[in-house]
This record gives sequence, structure tokens and C-alpha cells, in this order.
Amino acid sequence: MAEIIWGLATSHVPSIGAAMDYGKTEDAYWKPLFEGYAPAREWMAEHRPDVAVIIYNDHANAIDLDVVPTFAIGTGERFEVADEGWGRRQVPPVIGHPPLSEHLITRLVDDEFDITMLHDLDVDHGLTVPLSVYCPQPGASWPCRVVPLLVNVIQYPQPTAARCLKLGEALGRAIRSFPRDIKVAVFGTGGMSHQLAGARAGLINTRFDRMFLEKIETDPTSLAALSREQYVDQAGSEGIELIMWLVMRGALGDGLTRIHDTYHVPASNTAAALALFAVTDSGTPSAPMRSTLRR
Amino acid sequence: MATPAAAEPGGSSSRDAPRARDTYVFDIAEGRRGAAINRLCASFKDEHNRRDFLSDEEAYCGRFDLTDEQRRAILDRDWVGMLDLGASIFYTFKLAQVDKRSMQYLGGVFTGMTEEEFGSLMVSGGRRFG
Repeated sequence: MAEIIWGLATSHVPSIGAAMDYGKTEDAYWKPLFEGYAPAREWMAEHRPDVAVIIYNDHANAIDLDVVPTFAIGTGERFEVADEGWGRRQVPPVIGHPPLSEHLITRLVDDEFDITMLHDLDVDHGLTVPLSVYCPQPGASWPCRVVPLLVNVIQYPQPTAARCLKLGEALGRAIRSFPRDIKVAVFGTGGMSHQLAGARAGLINTRFDRMFLEKIETDPTSLAALSREQYVDQAGSEGIELIMWLVMRGALGDGLTRIHDTYHVPASNTAAALALFAVTDSGTPSAPMRSTLRR
Repeated sequence: MATPAAAEPGGSSSRDAPRARDTYVFDIAEGRRGAAINRLCASFKDEHNRRDFLSDEEAYCGRFDLTDEQRRAILDRDWVGMLDLGASIFYTFKLAQVDKRSMQYLGGVFTGMTEEEFGSLMVSGGRRFG
């Protein structure tokens, strides 16, 4: 059966991808963020999954004005990298895993999560930047196949945080019931606090972010209890992306160990973070590494 | 954030953009109200559309069902005006990118700062509220 081996929470800011694409990771502006990534990248490189299920949101690229699915899964063999209005990122195309996509959709629908099927999907920075955070130099192809799971966080009403955590729990059951011996990683992307528009543009709420980084491991139920209004108020109109971390967290289950985390302000207009968790109840527990998160 | 007020049937161009604590709420009524601006900005996913727009902005605007106010906001690069008329930042950012403008530039516009001032404020930890 399929096994979930780790979960990664990471911001997906476009400029993090651009910093890698244009060789700026050693610049003073970007260096602290990428240094913060290093231990997690090292660990992930030694624990390669066969497939990554990446929970992200599209940004007016594949999902536009006409159809806005609350939850959707891409079913394709291959997902092209989107031109978001400034040319395509020069990264490899994303290769799918159609049998796993089909299995997940079926199990989730049976579990009463009515997932939209996306049979033709271009993936934007919301998915490709997290892949680059995982694997900065993929060469000609990414080191794993990908199943994209999309969440509407752009148009009100977004799903509630509680629903996202429950979806994650159902996703975890669905992955673990896939009858092939493959290793799966789950990515929850977006956040942390940021607001792009309006008079509160530039909002950063470090206290909220630190609380969230801690509780995503220790008390996700309390994060699921926050209303979408509280997310927008505390973390900014785009900080509500953090509900996607809860989908990842739900899938991991209770037996997990924090391998590494890092938090840095700013990446563009955003508080950027990474948190990496090994799943310990269905494999060899991994020794935790040093955390840069002050508690 | 307050729950957005129920939209009037058919929407209304005089309807104020729903806000909560200086925050735009891109809800269903706003999506309908700003559809033409957002559709125009979404078209910039195609390179030939970006070229067409830059070669004749007024003619390009004519392809979309914009109100006069919306057309004016686009041609004048009235970034606040576009959002007040129903646009979403994820769409108008594509127009900003056609102009080679950054999110820090827009952040400055929204808060009455220069791009440099806004960028420095972010580097120093961002803006704190509450």
C-alpha cells in the first residue's frame, strides 16, 4: 500500500522562484531565506518520495472567472507550466500520476468530498515554487510525479479551515488505501501572513505566524476552529492561504516529528516559512534536526 | 472581516467594494462587477495579447465589455480605482507586469509610498496592525 513519508509546509511566493531562476539566492535580500531552507532540503534529498500531492491555489491562470472549484484534483499525465502573464518559468513540465489521481478522487467522493476533476491543467507558481523549494536544481525533470490538489482561497466564500483539516484527514486515508507500494509526500503551500492590496497592503503578523507554525504540529484543531474572517483579519487577505497547510496536516495524521522549520520576513510582500514533518507511525522514525524557530 | 453584504440582484456600478478593516473582499458580486477588467487582465496570459495591448491600448480595451470608468482606470493605471471597480489584485497584477511594475510598486501605490519606501518597510519587518 502507499505510504505517506513526510509533509512540507511552504510559502509559494513567485519571487522565491524568480530568485532561484535568476541566480539571486546568494544576494543579501534572499540569502537568509535560502539558508533557512538548506537543512530541510538536505533531509528531503535523502528521503525521496515517488509522488508529491501538492495542495495549492491557482492565481487566475488555470482557474479564471468562469468556473471556481472549491476543491479540485488534476488527473493528467502531464501539467504544463503556465504563462502567468510574464512568460513561463524555465522549469521542467510536471509529470502526473493518473492512477493515483483517479483513486484519490474516487475515495474522496465516496468520503463525501465532492472534488472537481481537472482533466487539462497548467500549473502556476503556486505549485512550481514549492517544487523548487523541495528540489532547487531538477535538471531535465522533477524527481517525483505530482498530483495537484487545488483549493479556492481567492474568491469568497473560501472553504473553512475546519473543512480543510477534514479534507486532509480524508486525503490521508485515501492515499494510504492506494494499492501500490509507493512513497508519497504531501505539500501544503501558501502563506504566511500577507496582504497585497488595500490600505493594509504590506501587513505582516509575526505573532500570528509563530503561533501558527507551532500549532500546525501540536494543535491543528485550534487552527481549524478559526473562522475565515479571523484568518483575513489576522494574517491578511492573502494570508488565508494558510488553510491549505491544514489539508497537508490532516493527511499526515498524529504520528509526526518536526524535522526543520524556518521563518523569514520578507519574500516580496510576504512572510515566508517552511516547516517539514516526518511521518513516524508507519516507518522508521527520523531524528529531528535543529529548529530555527524560537519557542 | 464582516460577512459581505448580500449583493443586489444584477449588481450595481455604484455599489461600494465590500471591505473589512481596509481589506477588499473579492466575493461573488465583486467578481461579476469587475468581470470585464479581470477578463482583460487574464488575457495577458497570451503573449500576443500583451503585444496587441501595448501597441494600441484603447483599441484593445474595446474588445472587452468595460464601463467607461473601468476603461479609464485601466488606461490611467489607476490601480486603486480598478480594485474599487471590482477587479482582483491577482488579475491587475498581470497588467502591472505588462508595465514591468512590481508588487512593491503596487504596495506603495496602495499605501501612499514610493516603491523604495514600501520595499524598505517590508525589509524592516512589514506593516503591523492591531
